[in-house]
Parts: sequence; structure tokens; C-alpha cells
Amino acid sequence: MTRDQGARVPLDVDISDAELERQLKETWSSKPGLWGAISTVDHKVVAGRYIATAFVFLILGGLLAMAMRLQLSQPEARFINPDRYNQIFTMHGSTMMFLFAVPVMEAMAAYLVPLMVGTRNIAFPRLNAFSYWIFLFGGILLWVAFALDTAPDVGWFAYVPLAGPQYAPGKRADLWAQMITFTEVAALAVAVEIAVTVFKQRAPGMSLDRIPVLVWAMLVMSFLVIMAMPAIMFSSTTLILDRLVGTHFYNPAEGGDALLWQHLFWFFGHPEVYIIFLPAVGMVSTILPAFVGRPLFGYMLLVMALITTGVLSFGLWVHHMFTVGLPRVGESFFTASSMSIAVPAGIQIFCWLATLWAGKPVYKTPLLFILGFIVTFVMGGMTGVMVASVPFDTQVHDTYFVVAHFHYVLIGGAVFPLIAAVYYWFPKMTGRMMSERLGRWSFWLIFCGFHLTFFPMHILGLWGMPRRIYTYQPELPWTSLNLFVSLSALVLAGGFLVFFVNAIRSRRNGLPAGSNPWGAATLEWATSSPPPPYNFRRIPVVSSLDPLTPGENELPVVAGLRTDRRELLVTSVVEALPQARESSTTDSVWPFWAAVATSVMLVWSIFTPWAVVWGSIPVAITLIGWFWPKGSPEDES
Amino acid sequence: MKDRIVLDASALPMHGMGAASPTWWATCAFMLIEGSGFALALAVYLYLMSLAPSWPMEAPPPDLWAGTWLTLMLIASVVPNVLVSRWAHRRDLRKVQVGLVVMTMLGIIPLVLRAFEFTKLHIRWDDNAYGSIVWMLLGLHTTHILTDVVDTVVLACLMFSRHADNTRRYGDVQDNCMYWNFVVVAWLPLYGCIYGLARL
Amino acid sequence: MFSASLLVFLTGCSGNQSALNTHGHSADALRDLIILITVVCTVVWLMVVGFLLWALARRREVPRRDSDTERKMALSIRLAIAATILTVAGLTIASFYTTRDLNSSNGASLTVRVKAQQWWWQFAYQASDQEPPFLTANELHIPVNKDVRLELEALDVIHSLWIPSLAGKLDMIPGRKNIITIRATRPGIYRGQCAEFCGLQHSHMAFVVVVEEGAAYQRWVAAQAAPAVEPAMAEASAGKAVFMSKPCAACHTIRGTSATGTSGPDLTHVASRRTIGAGLLETTRGSLAAWIADPQTLKPGNNMPLVPLTSDELRQISAYMEELK
Repeated sequence: MTRDQGARVPLDVDISDAELERQLKETWSSKPGLWGAISTVDHKVVAGRYIATAFVFLILGGLLAMAMRLQLSQPEARFINPDRYNQIFTMHGSTMMFLFAVPVMEAMAAYLVPLMVGTRNIAFPRLNAFSYWIFLFGGILLWVAFALDTAPDVGWFAYVPLAGPQYAPGKRADLWAQMITFTEVAALAVAVEIAVTVFKQRAPGMSLDRIPVLVWAMLVMSFLVIMAMPAIMFSSTTLILDRLVGTHFYNPAEGGDALLWQHLFWFFGHPEVYIIFLPAVGMVSTILPAFVGRPLFGYMLLVMALITTGVLSFGLWVHHMFTVGLPRVGESFFTASSMSIAVPAGIQIFCWLATLWAGKPVYKTPLLFILGFIVTFVMGGMTGVMVASVPFDTQVHDTYFVVAHFHYVLIGGAVFPLIAAVYYWFPKMTGRMMSERLGRWSFWLIFCGFHLTFFPMHILGLWGMPRRIYTYQPELPWTSLNLFVSLSALVLAGGFLVFFVNAIRSRRNGLPAGSNPWGAATLEWATSSPPPPYNFRRIPVVSSLDPLTPGENELPVVAGLRTDRRELLVTSVVEALPQARESSTTDSVWPFWAAVATSVMLVWSIFTPWAVVWGSIPVAITLIGWFWPKGSPEDES
Repeated sequence: MKDRIVLDASALPMHGMGAASPTWWATCAFMLIEGSGFALALAVYLYLMSLAPSWPMEAPPPDLWAGTWLTLMLIASVVPNVLVSRWAHRRDLRKVQVGLVVMTMLGIIPLVLRAFEFTKLHIRWDDNAYGSIVWMLLGLHTTHILTDVVDTVVLACLMFSRHADNTRRYGDVQDNCMYWNFVVVAWLPLYGCIYGLARL
Repeated sequence: MFSASLLVFLTGCSGNQSALNTHGHSADALRDLIILITVVCTVVWLMVVGFLLWALARRREVPRRDSDTERKMALSIRLAIAATILTVAGLTIASFYTTRDLNSSNGASLTVRVKAQQWWWQFAYQASDQEPPFLTANELHIPVNKDVRLELEALDVIHSLWIPSLAGKLDMIPGRKNIITIRATRPGIYRGQCAEFCGLQHSHMAFVVVVEEGAAYQRWVAAQAAPAVEPAMAEASAGKAVFMSKPCAACHTIRGTSATGTSGPDLTHVASRRTIGAGLLETTRGSLAAWIADPQTLKPGNNMPLVPLTSDELRQISAYMEELK
């Protein structure tokens, strides 16, 4: 087990590329069949599933939105009863935030980061597989509850006392709180993997100032997850405790406080917005250069802006609570801090505009979505400045104005870049191009449908229409605008339909992509499309911010890694100097069983606190199975 | 694209220790997650305290002896813990084995004391918000002791198995030691809150 | 010009529950702030989009990356950042001054306690020199041009008091008491609505604010403070007897009778109110009868149970209610 034996093991030197690829394939491939599929730990396979599942939840959440628009298309409509409507808007918010937006961004990170930093798998691949199963089970839990008419009906924010033991009988609110636990465990796991992958598995030479902006964005996002998610874990746990064993965290009659919930929820909830948005910033910054023919302008500025946004995002949570009656000093402070986030956001926009100005744009679908993003997101930013002002907010808080605002920020600011990212990286993930013709259709339908749907909501809000109402009375002046919004939503939905059709069709019938169809400069384009299980035949060596130069035919690489075990390079944090040839874990079915055991414990614990005691035994057993060494070459050191 | 070999990695070790190991960083990340959790729980304690007309609510402050003995035990356990970490660094299998057995003991004793500590709080979790938060703080920390004890037991078994003499295992032992130090350090502000602030 | 006519349009169409169509001291100040910030933000947005279009439209042969261009861009970005900081600081100061203006009340002449509950509003008027205290529901009357202090409490879950035409919203939180001072500047009827999700019938939790000249307001107070009138018609008298013998009296108070329940709205002058069911229906004999006959169909989930009544009893009770002016 020492290095002396290392001389006799197969290395990747002095063999032909074909033979090397054959050996690596044997070592890194998963077994065929169902068990192979369940036990795989390839970050691309797991992240691919993650992305596909998240998009399924996007479709489900979108269908709920359409149901709400049907109900609101006319006053006092009776398509959906109030109980179901409350479940629907709760499910819509929870699905979009916890089962789509955060997971899809983390999944994009899990797919792209290892490729972009030039390594062979994500750090802790088994944890990654575990994370996916937990996420999947949590999502299924919530949607099975919806199918059984016991979905949460207390809003995606679950304010107490409405979600407390007295006003939310049954298990609906518990299901919500436990679904949170599932998705948070999944999110935290991926965040740790991403952070460690970025810190320790970058290609030699990729010092801090050569990390692609997307990777920086995902790193900052991971830290936001790590720091913010404990707040929601704490609050959802205490909510369940209040409901199950009679604690009084949120009961004012026994010294608890209803506002405590809001503080905890938004201490998580505001960074959450940036957990979704910062990856989008990274995507835009990475995609844009490929379509303007010049490198991004202001790399350092953008990275600083990302970090500043991340830090500031922890000082803003109170701006979701401007109407609770806080002391004036606090209000002024949080107005100022909320406004100040406009500065790093502005810096990002200015850098992109400058890059566009100096470049020569090629209007492919990804660029169209980025241009749509800039137009839309700046509007969302402007309404963000508006709601950051305490007095302004007292008129629009909890109205359709805010609904419009955050859809501008979340769809315009995060989903547009995400769709651009899908069009952009689809060739890498599948080896095939998406149709440009359908791409243009989907862009114009989504862009126009979006604005027609959401812009009128600003006006509805100023005209006094509150959020979360299942109907409104005919004498109120909201009818025609609501009908208009509902019809526009059909256009928006049509755009998404075209996008999904395009993705599904292109997966089989798209034109072959080749390894670098866009002539991009980051490392993921240095390997074939789709990448082999081992990502890179040999790990690349990086000497600039843009490692791939057009027309260059050779890739500087590292040699001397073993081919008979899953081996990759560990490098130092700042300068990315090689430190060790670390192994990467083999496939295992234990993460799946650990996820099953954890899910059983979590669901059971909605019903009795003893589930935590008894349920943790199988969890411990599966974890031991997971970590116990099996004497494979990966365990050698 | 063709490969141009510019670097030879074959002389590098097959596993890094300390900050060269991804596991070390993951342990740090998990400590950051749990540290954030503890910090939040403390913030909630202070928040509820600031709202209450009197503190502790409708209860005498908790008795000192169980908690204080536990605190002393935890602080004392840092010494053998650091020693185990050092032995692991020197790859001294025999001493690591003994050390892990000792650390298992030193993990179980605080759990026994903790059981007494709960009874000396003079309040139940469902009496009022003060009861809820002190039980929460203690419970949260107990879970950490318990997890680390289980981890230590499993490691101890591993170190008596055929997989023992491996840099990876020694790294695991060191990470486990680091985590135990975190569990001890995290307790000190909790102790200050539960026993100190309740007496102010 | 365009934006002015747009504003007139937006205000004109917006009804009596609108942050743009304002007739209150706070709401006026907020409307000015809303317009100011919206104009500033629109200009900024137009500048960004204008620059974007220019950047896309200008002709060029090859992408530029020479050092001269880079230097120019760096300078422009610095200027843009400085402009952003100044704009944001200006808006922060503007909103700070508006907040200060909102709180420039010179002592309230009237205090009303507002208790929100699932899914209606109770307004408790204090005793004055001439009149005893009284309760009303889902209809707040205030004198014009007077500061009125509203003490906000929630009896079950969180609600939020919002009368957009008069003032911004303020939450009502169990275990806490919030206070808001409003001053209406023009007589009229304004609509308010709960603005914090509060459960099944959050959508149907509205109320009206009737702003009156001093004399009219005093007449209203005198009428409300008086006990209920004895029913005049025989049908209404029979209705009173039914009301007292059925579960109705266990939840509702009618001052001057044996009905003293407190979990539902005080009905002493129910027919004087413009709406029933928290803004659900206009008060008429027909709507009263419909509500009593089947409250759960009109407002599913509300706390008024269906009390089985014969059609005669229903007619009698609604006749009685209609007389409670």
C-alpha cells in the first residue's frame, strides 16, 4: 500500500491515446443495467439527472401557474376552490424555489464546474449521488402530498401562526417543512462538493485569477448556501417541533414570537435570491464572450462584484419585513443596504454592456436570451430599487407589484440566462446542437409572453390588488388586466413548450456538435462532446484566463496519473500547484440506500419524535457501508 | 485536440495530508455549516431573551454542577485529542488505537453528564419559549457529541482492521480530532449562554 | 407629456383602492415618492437599453481589444459606477425624507382599535364625552382632515391593514401592537383589504373607510352608539325571536337585546353598513338572506356555520336584520 508499488501500476505515459482512452474508460465507466445506473457517481450523469428532474419540476410548477391564471382570469371565478388554490400557490412557490431554481443552478454547477476547472469528477462523488436521491425523494414527497390533496397551503414562506399548530391542523405544514429539510440537505451537499472542487481540484496553473467567472459565481453561491441554509434548517425544524412536541418558539402566549420566524426565514430567503441569481451572472459572463468574439471586459471587477453581492446579501433580509412595524433606525439602515446592492449589480451590467460594445455580436439563440436578460433584469433591478425604499414598499408590499418584480428578477434575471446556458452547453452535454430556428421561436415567444404577462402586474399592484388572493370582486377595476395577463401567460407557456420540444428533438436528431462548436475558450470545450466518463484523457495545464485559443491544436497536459484506479490531481488553493494524485471514489449503491434510510427517517419524524432515534440507526448503518474501505486501488495511499 | 505533456505528476504522493486533502476541506465546510447553525441558535436565544420581561422565564436558572463538570470534561478531552492527532500524523498505529479507545470513553462520559444536565434545567421544552430554546441548544450540541462518538467508534474499529495502516485512515483520524475540537469549542458560548446569561 | 397622460390614465382607472388615486396625507406623500422613483428608474432603464441598442447597432468589422479601447471602457465604467452610487444615494435620501414626513402627525383627535381576525375586521370606538363606546365591523368612519390613530391587533394569525388611497400598509401581528396614524384629505368612500396571506378567505377580507365632514361623522357616531332599535314590523319582531332562540345569539351581539356573543361581528347596526361578509356583498335584504341561508357557499370556510332555518324563519331574520339600521 505504499508508493513503492506505484512503479508497477499502469500509468498514462508512453502509451497511445487510443489505448489510454480504453484503459481510462474501463476504470471510470459505470456498470450497465439498473444497479449500474443507481450506483453511478459520474458527476455528469448525476447532474444530468438533476437538471432533467429540475426541469420536470419547472413544468409542474408552470402548470400550477397556468391553473392560477385560469382562476384569476375573471372575478369570482369558481374553477378552483380556495383550499385548492392555496395549495396551488404554495406548491408553485415551493416547487419553483426549492425544487427548480436552486437545484437546477446547483446541478449546472455539478455538471460544469469539474469540466471547467479541468478535473475528472466532482469532489465527493458519492455525496453528489446521495444529494440527487434526497432531492428526488423530497420532490416526490411534496407532489404525492399534492396528489392526495394534503399539500401545504400556508405559502412558500409558511408564516406562523398560520402555519403553527393552532391554525394549520393536519400534516400539511409539516410536509412543507420536511420537504425543506430534504432540499436543504441536498443543496448543502452539493455546495460542499463545489467549494472543495474549486478549492482543491483545479487544473495545475489555474490560479485564483484564472478561474472562469462561472466557477467563481458557483463558488460564491456555494458559500451562500453554506451560510444561509442553516437558518432555514433551524426554522423548519423548530416549526415541526412547535407542531409535534409543543415547543413555543413561535407562540407569543408563552414568550415566543411570530416575527422570529420571519427573521429566520428571510435570513435564508434573501441570500436564496442570490443563490439563484449569481450562477446566472456567471453563465452570462461565460457565454457572452463566445458570441461577441472578444474576452469579457472587467474580469476582476465582475469577480469583486460577485463577492460583494454575496456578502451584502446577508444584510438585506429585513427588506422583506418593511411593513411589520420595525423601529425607524432599522428601516433606514435596511433601506440603505438594500439600495446599495444596486451598485455591484450595476457593475455587472456595465461590464457586459462594455463587452458587447467592443465586440461583434453573432445573433445565435444564447445571445438572444442574454440580450433579453439584460433588458428584463435591469427592469427587475429598477423595481428592486423601488421596493428597497421603506415608504414605497408600504404601498406595494404583498401586492402584484411585488409579484411582477420578483418574476422579472427570477425569470428575467435567472431563467433567461439558464435557457441561454442550456442552448449553449446542450452540445457539450449531448453531442448535438439544438435547432436554431426553434430557438428563435422560443426566444421571441418567451420574451414577449413574459413581458405581456408580468408587466401589467405592476399596474395591478399599484391599483391595489394584493397577492395570494384566489379571487376578487367584479366591482374592482382589475378584471380586464387580469384577463389580459392570463391570455399572455398562454404565449409564455407556448414559448417554453417550443423550448422543451427543441431540447427533446435535438437530443436525438440535432446536428453533431463537435468538441467546440462556439469556438469558446474555457476548458470544458477541450474534451469531446459529450465528455467521456473520465472527462479528460489527461488533465490540462492552464497558463491563462482563456486556456483554449482558436486555431490552437495542442493542449498542454499533465502526465503520470494511474489508469487502473480513478485518479485525479489535487492542487493548492491559491496557485493551483499540484499536491497529490488523489483517488476519486468508485461507484457505490450505498448513497442510494443512505438516501432511502434518511428519507424514511425524515418522513417518519413528521409523525413521532422517536423516528429520529430509531430512524437514525439504519442511516448510520448505510453511512458505515458507504465509507467502509473495500480494499480497492482507490483506497491506496 | 492533441496532448502536449508539460508536467509529470508520477512522483506526487497518492494522498495528501491536512490541507492537501479534500476531506480536510469538507470537514471545514461542515464545521462552517454547523457553526452557522450554532450561531443562529445563539442569536435566537438572545432574541427571545431581549423580548422577555424576565429571564429565565418562570424558572430558576439551571443548576451549575452537571453543566460545569461536562464543560471541564470536554476541555480536558482536548489534550488526549490533540495527542491522537499527533500520533496519527506520525502514523503510530499502536498509539492511535489506544488513543481512539480513550477518546471513545471521553465522548461517552459527557453524554452521561448531559443526561443529568437536561434534568437540572428546571424547565421543560414545552413550558415556554425559554424552555424550548435551552432544550434546543442542549439537544443540538448533544447530537454533535453523539455523532462524533459514533464516528470515533467506527474509526476505532477501522484502526483495528486490515485497512488500518493507510495514510487515508490517519487523515480520517486527524479530521475526526479536528471535528471534536470544534464540538468542544462550540460548546463554550452555549455554556456561557445557558448558565451565564440566565444568571445575569 | 406622454408619461403625464399615462399617469392620468393609470390613476383614473384605478378605483378607490389604489396607491395612485390618493386622498390621504400619507398616501399623497407616498404617491409623490412613487412617481419620483419611477421616473428616475425609467430614465435609467431607457439609458441602459439605449446604450445596449447603440452597442449592437454600431458598425464594426472586427471585435476590438486594443489597449486604447480598454482604457476608454474602464473610464466609462468608472463614471457609470459613480452615477449609480449617486442615484442610489439620492433615492435613499428621498425615501428617508418621505418617511419623516409620514410621521409628522400633530396629535390624534381620535383613536380606534382595530382587531383583525379570520376573515373580518372589528373597529372599536372609545367612549367620548357624549357617547358610550361601541363596536362596528368591516366599516370604519373617520372625520376628514383629522389625524386618526389606529391601534392594530391580530386575534389569530398575521393580517395587514391596507387602505391604499389613504396610507401604506402596516401588519397586525399576534402578540404585538402596531400603531398607524391616518389623515384623509377628502370625504369619500375608500376600500381597504387585508394584505397579508391569512388563510382560506384572505381574498374576502375587505372593509370600507367612510370619510365624512365633522357633522356627518358626529351623527354617525351618535347613531352607532345607540342601542338597537326595536323591530317595527311583525315579521321583523318574529325574526328577533328566531335570532334569540337559534345559535345566532351565541356568536353575535345586538346591544339592547339578550344577544351578547362576541366571536362574530356586532350586529347592532348591521343594516347601516354598506357591505356584509367583510366587503363581500352590498347590504340588501336579499344579500342578508342569502348570506344567512348559506354562508359557506358565498364565502367557503368562513367561521359562520350553516344554521338550518325554515324559509319563513329565514325571511323573518332577514327582515329583522334589515331594520337594524
